[in-house]
Amino acid sequence: MIGRDGVIRAFIVALFVVALELACRFGMISKFTIIPPSQMFASLLDILSSKAELSQIGTSLLNIFVAALLTTIIGFFLGIGVHAVPRLRAALDPLMVSYNALPLFAFYPLFILILGVGSPPIILMGVLLGLPSMMLATMNGLDCLPPVLSKVGSVYHMSPMSQALRLKLPAAAPYLFNGIRLAIAYAFIGVIASEFILSGSGIGFGVGFAYNSFDTRTMYGLILLVVILVAVINTLLHVWDRRLESRRTR
Amino acid sequence: MSSRQRNLDIVWLALFLLAVWQGLSMLAGSDTLISPIGTMRHLAELLQTERFNADMLETLRAIAAAVPGAILLGVSCGVLLGLHHRSGDVTEPMLVTLYALPKVIFYPIVLLICGLGISARITFGIIHGVFPIILFVMNAIRNIRPVTLRSARAFHLSNAQTISTIVLPAALPGIMTGVRVGTSVTLLGVLIGEMFAAKHGLGFRLMTAIDSHDQASIVAIAVLFSAFALIINAALLALSRRINRDT
Repeated sequence: MIGRDGVIRAFIVALFVVALELACRFGMISKFTIIPPSQMFASLLDILSSKAELSQIGTSLLNIFVAALLTTIIGFFLGIGVHAVPRLRAALDPLMVSYNALPLFAFYPLFILILGVGSPPIILMGVLLGLPSMMLATMNGLDCLPPVLSKVGSVYHMSPMSQALRLKLPAAAPYLFNGIRLAIAYAFIGVIASEFILSGSGIGFGVGFAYNSFDTRTMYGLILLVVILVAVINTLLHVWDRRLESRRTR
Repeated sequence: MSSRQRNLDIVWLALFLLAVWQGLSMLAGSDTLISPIGTMRHLAELLQTERFNADMLETLRAIAAAVPGAILLGVSCGVLLGLHHRSGDVTEPMLVTLYALPKVIFYPIVLLICGLGISARITFGIIHGVFPIILFVMNAIRNIRPVTLRSARAFHLSNAQTISTIVLPAALPGIMTGVRVGTSVTLLGVLIGEMFAAKHGLGFRLMTAIDSHDQASIVAIAVLFSAFALIINAALLALSRRINRDT
């Protein structure tokens, strides 16, 4: 399952960790700047065994999950809606192309003023970041549906609903999956960054709080946690994506 | 659909969005959400104060250093990883993970290393922008038709010649997309950097506005920064459309 590339990858990560450990241990990097990876890991274990920290992590993960779910659902239906009106789609195109140029985080303070400090503005940031990607993925999926599918559907006298569920949805699945992947990535970025900028709980808040109170150990523990979480989720999605791909080309 | 009708549709859509903004503002009261006209008026007032202009200049300085830095680093890494297939295969998932990471969590580390100056904000902007550029450039180069590279070998071109006369021109459209996306993300990185632990810049002004519940300034600064980012994006988009037409 793990190919040669995977081994090289693991080797690079291991080399990096060992080099960092040695550089810290021999004083090439001040311990006030970066602590050795072994201590980061120990700090991570402490965090995972503390109830207060776990509830912070839980808050963030719940926000990320809600944001990704909302992005997927809203983006899917908006994508279908916009796809049905070509004129609207053409008019939206300049906005879609330059959407990632919009500094959405500049609007986060405004959302706080309107929605109050707490989960709603944080989730809103996660949703806004990922929404266009999910819409684009849905529209791409609909574009790539072969016309033969609806012919098959009418030959078998399928209702529009069962055509959509049993023919079109599976055919568009790889594109939708791509959109969901992006939705999850953007939910992570939106939620953690918002928590970091201004909030009262969550992993992002924890990193900022630890930094401001000179608690380097906890800070690196939390940073390591985020890196591991994102790496694991990304790898799982990558493997799943490969599996979908191989089933499609079989 | 004629391009004239399309442009008209775009104008209608923009007017519709402005009308929604105005409507929401009237519904919620101008103390909760300032109206579009009020924002413009407030922005004009801000632009006349010296401090605001100094902050804007500070942000522009950070951007002027971060964007070329991200592009230079991103394109050169992307070219190398794109040409050497094994390195590309090995690093791609790692780069995707780095791209998907919320980079804010690295900000404390950047601050600890760079200190509280403009260099921290520049570094932070580069950290944001460099990964999308590498990924786009790498994929653009991998998608060059093999025959083009084979012709380079047939002409006995050196590695440097191959890159400058074959690889870069052939991958230019993809590279431009990477540069455009990377530039936007770098701008965002600089802004977020300023929002946290800075004493100058638009991001700092934004945070001061939050603390004093100065809602008009928040919207005005956000709109100003958006307009700036959108103009840069439109310019790069026009440039890459031109390149696509020529090749």
